[in-house]
Amino acid sequence: MSDGILLQVKKISKSFGGVQAVIDLSLQLGQGDILGVIGPNGSGKTTLVNLITGFVKPGSGEVYFKDKKITGFAPHKIVDLGVTRTFQIMRPYHSLPAFKNLIVPLNSPRIRRTRGGKLGDNDGVAIDILEEIGFERDAYVPYKIASSLPLGYLKRLELARCLALQPEVIICDEIFSGLSMSEIGTMIPLIERLQMDGISIIMIEHRLRELFRLVNRVIVMNFGSKLAEGSPEEVMAKPEVRGAYLGTEGESC
Amino acid sequence: MLSPDALRLTINGGFKFNLGLHGSEKLNQQERRKERLDRGIKVRTEGLYALLSWREMSYLLVPRMVLILGLLFIPLLLDMYWQRVLCVAGVYALLALSFDFLAEFVGLVCLGGAFFIGSGGYIAGLLNHWMGWSPFLTIPIATVAGAIVSTLVLLPCLRLRGIYFAIISFMFPLLTVYVIIALNIFGGTEGITALDTFPNIWADQYLILGAVIVSLFAMRRLVNEDFGLILRSIKDNDQAVKASGISITSYKTKAVFIASLTGCFGGAYLCHLYGWVGISQFAMDFSILPIAATVMGGMGTLVGPVLGAFILTPMSEALRGFGQLRVVLYCLILIGFIVYKPEGLMNYLKRKFHQFEHWEDV
Amino acid sequence: MMDILIYGTVNSVVFALMAVGFTLVYGVSRLPNFAHGAIYVLVGFLTWSFVHDLKLFYPLAIFLSVCISSLIGALIYRLVLIRLRGLPTSEIIASFAVGLIILEGLRLQGIGGFKGFIGPFYTLPSFIDGKMKILDVLIDYQRLIVMGGGFAIIASLWLFTHYTKMGLSLRAIAQDEQAAMMLGIDSDRAAIVSLSIGSALAGLAAVIILPLGNVVVEAGYRVLIYALAVCIIGGLGSWAGAVLASFVLGFAMILSTALFGAVWESVVLVGAIILILIFRPSGLLGKQKELEERV
Repeated sequence: MSDGILLQVKKISKSFGGVQAVIDLSLQLGQGDILGVIGPNGSGKTTLVNLITGFVKPGSGEVYFKDKKITGFAPHKIVDLGVTRTFQIMRPYHSLPAFKNLIVPLNSPRIRRTRGGKLGDNDGVAIDILEEIGFERDAYVPYKIASSLPLGYLKRLELARCLALQPEVIICDEIFSGLSMSEIGTMIPLIERLQMDGISIIMIEHRLRELFRLVNRVIVMNFGSKLAEGSPEEVMAKPEVRGAYLGTEGESC
Repeated sequence: MLSPDALRLTINGGFKFNLGLHGSEKLNQQERRKERLDRGIKVRTEGLYALLSWREMSYLLVPRMVLILGLLFIPLLLDMYWQRVLCVAGVYALLALSFDFLAEFVGLVCLGGAFFIGSGGYIAGLLNHWMGWSPFLTIPIATVAGAIVSTLVLLPCLRLRGIYFAIISFMFPLLTVYVIIALNIFGGTEGITALDTFPNIWADQYLILGAVIVSLFAMRRLVNEDFGLILRSIKDNDQAVKASGISITSYKTKAVFIASLTGCFGGAYLCHLYGWVGISQFAMDFSILPIAATVMGGMGTLVGPVLGAFILTPMSEALRGFGQLRVVLYCLILIGFIVYKPEGLMNYLKRKFHQFEHWEDV
Repeated sequence: MMDILIYGTVNSVVFALMAVGFTLVYGVSRLPNFAHGAIYVLVGFLTWSFVHDLKLFYPLAIFLSVCISSLIGALIYRLVLIRLRGLPTSEIIASFAVGLIILEGLRLQGIGGFKGFIGPFYTLPSFIDGKMKILDVLIDYQRLIVMGGGFAIIASLWLFTHYTKMGLSLRAIAQDEQAAMMLGIDSDRAAIVSLSIGSALAGLAAVIILPLGNVVVEAGYRVLIYALAVCIIGGLGSWAGAVLASFVLGFAMILSTALFGAVWESVVLVGAIILILIFRPSGLLGKQKELEERV
C-alpha cells in the first residue's frame, strides 16, 4: 500500500446522457483519515459515492483501493474488499425487527470468511453491534420493527449495517441530514470512535459546522468537479468556495 | 410462527465485534449478552405466550399434525381411480410450492413450471430407456440434473428485470416442444414408452405424498432461516443488499435451483408413474394449474398452494369430459381470486383464526 | 439468392407485424400483454365465423373483427388489469391467465352447442389470388400484400407516435411515466389506448397473415412466442429494436430453411434467444438505464 493511501480516485468522470455529473475528479483517502466532501446540491456528491462503490460505472477514470484497481467492480465485490457506504434515502427492510436487518450483512462472504465456516450466533452478534452503536438506551429497541424507529435510530442502523461488515472504509452519504443538533451531537462521538478503531471515513455532508468538528481535510465539489481541497479553514477562506455557496442556503437543515 | 432461534439458547462461537470495549468490561459482556438474549426471547415470543405450556404448543403442532396425518390417511379412503388422481395432485402440489416460493420470496414469476416437469421427466425417462437404471437411480439423478438444466436456462435473465424471467420461463417449455418435434429426438411426438413403473399403487402415493410433505416443511424452514431472510430483503430493497456485500445473482440462482428441484422431482416421478414420457409433460396444464392453486391458496403461505393443488386437481379430473374447460376454469378462478381476494384462502383463514383466537383469550 | 431476399423480407415483416402490438403495450404501460397471441387467433376465427356463419362481406368482416379486437384489448385493461396496477407479479399472472382463457376457450367443446375450433379446417381466403413475378421470383399476391401492408402499418404507427397528440402522449408515458403524469397525461387512459391499439395491431396482423395458411389455435401460442422472441432479441421496450430484431430473426430463419431444411427453424429460434441472453441480455438495442438511474 503506497504511503498509507487507502482509497484513490483518479480523474473519474460520469455523464448521464448529456448531463455531466462528475468531471475529472481525483481524491485520496489515507489510513485513519476522515475526509469531508461538501458542495451545493447537485454538485455530484452522491454520484461520486456511487462511482466509488460500484453502483454506477464511470465513463472514464480509475478507482484504486489499497493499490488494487476496483473501477467497474460490482457493488458487492467492492464491499467484499472492505469499502462500505450508507444510503442517503434509507429504507430498512420493513416488517423486520431492527436486529434482523443486520442478518444480511452478517451473511455476506466477507463475514463468512472470518468465521471459517462455523455457524455463528448471528442474532447475538447483531444485537451486540446494535448495542455498541447506541441502541441500548431503550432496552427493547433492537427488537422493534425497523420501519417504526425514529430517524436517529435509523441513521445508526445504517451505520450498523456497514459496521457489521467489518469495513476498512465507510462512506457516509449525508448521515446527519434530518437530525437535530442534539442528535448530531450524540452521533459525533460515535464517528470519532469508529476512527479510533481504525476505520477510514469519507463524509458527504451539508451540515458544515458539525462536519468541521470531525474532519481534518475537506474537498469542495461544484457542478461535478473539484473546486478546492484542504483543511476546513483554508477551504472556507477561498472566494470561489464562498461563491459556490452564497447562491444556495449554505447550511441546509 | 415459532422462530427457530427462540429454541436455540446456546451461544456459539461466532466472532466478537470489538468496538471500544476495554479490559474489565469484557467480563461483564458474557453476562450482559445472556441477559439480553433472554430478554429477546421474551420479546420474540410475545405473540406466543409461554414456551412449554401444552396448550400453547398445540396451537402450533395440531394444524401441522392434521395436515401430515390427513395427507397420509387419504389414500386409504380412496378407490383406485382417485388414488391415481391423488398422485397427480401431489405433482401439482410440488409445482405450486415452487411457484409460490419463487413468486413471493424471490419476486420471480415462473410461467413455465412445465419446463421443470418436462426436463425432469425426460432425463429420468432417457436414463431408464438408454441405461436401464431403476427409478431409485433415475429419479434422484433426474431431479438434480433437471434442476441444473433449468437453472442454466434461466440464469441469463436473473440479472435483468423480473419480466424477463416470466417471458423466458413461459417460452422455454413451448420452444422445447417445437424442437423435440422438429428434430424428432427423444421419441418425437410419441415419446418414450415402456419405462419402469413403481411396484404398487401404495408406493406411488406414499412416495409423492412424502415428497410433498418433506418439501413443504423444508421450504418453510428455509424461508425462516437466514437464506429466506436474505431473499426477502432482496425483494424488498436490493440496493441495500448489494451494499451489504451479497451477490444478488448468486442468491437468485440458488433460489431458482431449489425451486426447480421440487419441480424436476415431480417430472421424474411422473414419468415412472405412467411408464412413459412425451411432449405432454411440457403441457400448459403444468404451468397454469400451480399458478391458479397458488393464487387461490394464498401466495406466500406455502401451505395454501399445496392445498390449492389438492383441491383443483380432482376438480379438473371431474371436468375431463368437457375438453379444455378445465384450463378456462383455472384461469377464471385465478383471475377471480387475484382481483377480488388476492390474499387467497390460507391468508383469509389465518386472519379469521387469529381474530377468533384473540377474542377468546381476552 | 433473390428469393431469399424477398422471402426473407416477407418473413421479417411478418415478425414485425406480430411483435409491434406487444412492444407498444409494453413500452407504454410496462404491461406484458400475454393475451396478444390469443387476440390474434381470436380475430382469425371471428373473421371466419363472420364470413361463413353470418355470410358477411369479407372486408366488412375484417373491419368488424379488428374493431372487436381493439375493444377486447380495452376491456382486458378496464376489467382486470386496472385493479392490479403496481403489482408486477399479479399483472403478469393475470395477463397470462386472460390469454389462456381466450386461447383454450376457443378449444372448448360441448358448452351450449359451441363446437370448438379444432383441426385444420379453417382458412381465410387471400385478398387477391394469384401470383406474379418480381425480379425473377415467383411470389403470391398475398405475400406482397403482407409486405406492403406491413410497411404501411409500421409507417403509420411511426407517424402516429410522432405527430399526433395521442401518439406523442403515449411516447411521453413510455419515456417517463411520472413526468408525463405531471403534464396531465392520464396514465390509465393511455394504458387503455395502448392496449386497444396493440390489440388492433394484433388483429390487423392476423387478417393479413392468416390467409397464408390455416387458422389454428396453436398459432396463438406461436405468435406469442415469436413476438416475445423479437422483443427479447431487440430489447424490451425498444421499437427500433423490435424492427431490427424482426429482420434479424426473419432472415435467420429463411436462411436456415434454405440451407438446412425447414425442421431447423425452431432450433434457430431457440439458438437466437439463447445467444442474445448470453451475450447481450438486454437485447440488441435494449436500454439498461433502469438499473443505473435507480440509485
